[in-house]
Amino acid sequence: METILVLLHTESEGSLARPALEAVGAARGLMEQLGGSSLVVGLVGGETQAAASTLGGCGAARLLAVSGAEFAQSRYATDAAAAEAICRAAGATVVIAPGTSRWLRALPGIAQRLNGRVDTHVTGIAAEQGAPAVSRWYYRQRMEASLTRTQRPWIILVDPGCHAPWQGAGGPLAPERLSVELPETCRRTTVTGLRAPAADQQTIRPDAELLFVAGAGWTKKQADGQVHGGEAANLILGFLRLTQASLGGSKSLVDLTGEGQAVLPFMTHLNQVGQTGATPRHPKGLATCCHGEEPHVVGWRFITERRAVNLDPNCGWARGKADVLYVADAFAVMQRVNALLAERAASPKA
Amino acid sequence: MSTGYHVVVCGGIVPDPLQTLEPVTGPTGPGLKNEMMLPAVLDPWAGHALYEAAHLAKQAQGSKVWLVSLGPKAKLQQVMMTVAQKVPFELVVLDGPGGGFTESFEVAAVLAETIRTIPGLDRARLLLFGGWESASRGGGTTLQMIGEHLGIVDQFLGVDSLVVGGDGSLQILERVEVAKHQVSRCAGPPAVLGWATGNLPEPPNNPQVGMANMRAIMPALQKAKPAKVGAEGLTYARVSLPKQQRETRIVKDLPVDAIAREIIAWIATA
Repeated sequence: METILVLLHTESEGSLARPALEAVGAARGLMEQLGGSSLVVGLVGGETQAAASTLGGCGAARLLAVSGAEFAQSRYATDAAAAEAICRAAGATVVIAPGTSRWLRALPGIAQRLNGRVDTHVTGIAAEQGAPAVSRWYYRQRMEASLTRTQRPWIILVDPGCHAPWQGAGGPLAPERLSVELPETCRRTTVTGLRAPAADQQTIRPDAELLFVAGAGWTKKQADGQVHGGEAANLILGFLRLTQASLGGSKSLVDLTGEGQAVLPFMTHLNQVGQTGATPRHPKGLATCCHGEEPHVVGWRFITERRAVNLDPNCGWARGKADVLYVADAFAVMQRVNALLAERAASPKA
Repeated sequence: MSTGYHVVVCGGIVPDPLQTLEPVTGPTGPGLKNEMMLPAVLDPWAGHALYEAAHLAKQAQGSKVWLVSLGPKAKLQQVMMTVAQKVPFELVVLDGPGGGFTESFEVAAVLAETIRTIPGLDRARLLLFGGWESASRGGGTTLQMIGEHLGIVDQFLGVDSLVVGGDGSLQILERVEVAKHQVSRCAGPPAVLGWATGNLPEPPNNPQVGMANMRAIMPALQKAKPAKVGAEGLTYARVSLPKQQRETRIVKDLPVDAIAREIIAWIATA
């Protein structure tokens, strides 16, 4: 019998983001599979009342909250203090939390404080033989494992996009407010703000239907013996603007930009997908001018439908990995794609 | 008065990303097939952390960089032949398993104990660096636990930039959701920084740096302490490669216009 704590943090305006609701869904699912277990919700944030009122119907027996201006910031010291207090008050044996940047930073340290264990980037949770079991990837998404643990508390951070969000109705569930005393050492760090690319330069869109992956081929000499970096940049940005796709880049292309070769100036390491980059989740992916084998291909491990455009029919990026490989010049194809998309945008009824 | 930083970089070794990996199950749990035969490299994000540490040490007079590494001694020696040529550091070695299926809780305990006993380390000036995730376990959990062992509660994960202010404060940029960076100001060391890619390119090989480093690296390897690290209480029910071979439809000799229309139609379907 487990006491499952679903540990959430609110957003700056007091709401719960989708990954938080996915964690609630995962926790409820586990509770239903583990007969006799109970569910507790923990909330941390500047303001938690609004979020608490939406969770009344989630099946939790208790709702514990730590709130206040000090806990609005995404900061290790205060997040850890709040999370520790809630875990102890709940008597949690299993803690399920969304794998947000905030919790990924703070919760592993809590496992240490509580003499528990932690697993991050969990993609599945289920009961096996009456005990929780999780699945996650190792070696940068190159092999998948299913595991169980005997130690408690077991902190489990679930990757966003892997579980259906809880969508039940709100209802009365009075929060128990916990008081957390913060020593002065917890205030040595101050969050001063967020830095984001200008709106017209924002190329990473996690909720996009399509991931457009650009490879280093865009920066190579073309049939005329010249590099067409400017044209490549215009084609890619034009496509992103017309489709609102998210942009990924292969390591080689991102490294070129990082080395000061202003080939595609909007391409940063944040765009990188693959072995040492991100493995984003999108329903569709279109790879262009990408070449390489397994290390790069892991970048679209979680892309459901995949198509590729490049000149090599035997390319390891595409063959056996993509559903369709168009053997063609990506410059020509994307130019035509953009032209057709622009025509459609100009005459939406067509 | 002492100045500068004492930067301890935690970094393990991982199989070269170009290698094909296959899981096998041994008497102590899962591992990689021919693991000891696979060429290894310094964990990529730990490498970025090392380069950032060396860059910081160069700017702040009186600083020193240690690289603390847990792994099979023989493999570490191979990797250090290359890494030692990049930037100046002192190596601290723990001879033990370095694979992805060990338990970060146990790894953190032995690394923290080793860091505590580094001769001359001033923990008031300590900046604990490492990669924000390894390319093996990929958990991103070990550094925070080491920080807890050492009583450090200023911790940052996914760091891309560290700038030291005129007052000694640290301005730190961390990766957060939707391609944004969170900007924080920390009063100063001690702090834990789990680095993402940072902004520095990989330094070129410098034989002089390599020779200077190797004078201390070889003795460090020889006196490496054995580290008992496992995965107590953790049971792997299965470890497998993804079955993702797809039947790829190769489309050749289709006019560009037809390809473009097909792609647009595909994008438009729900």
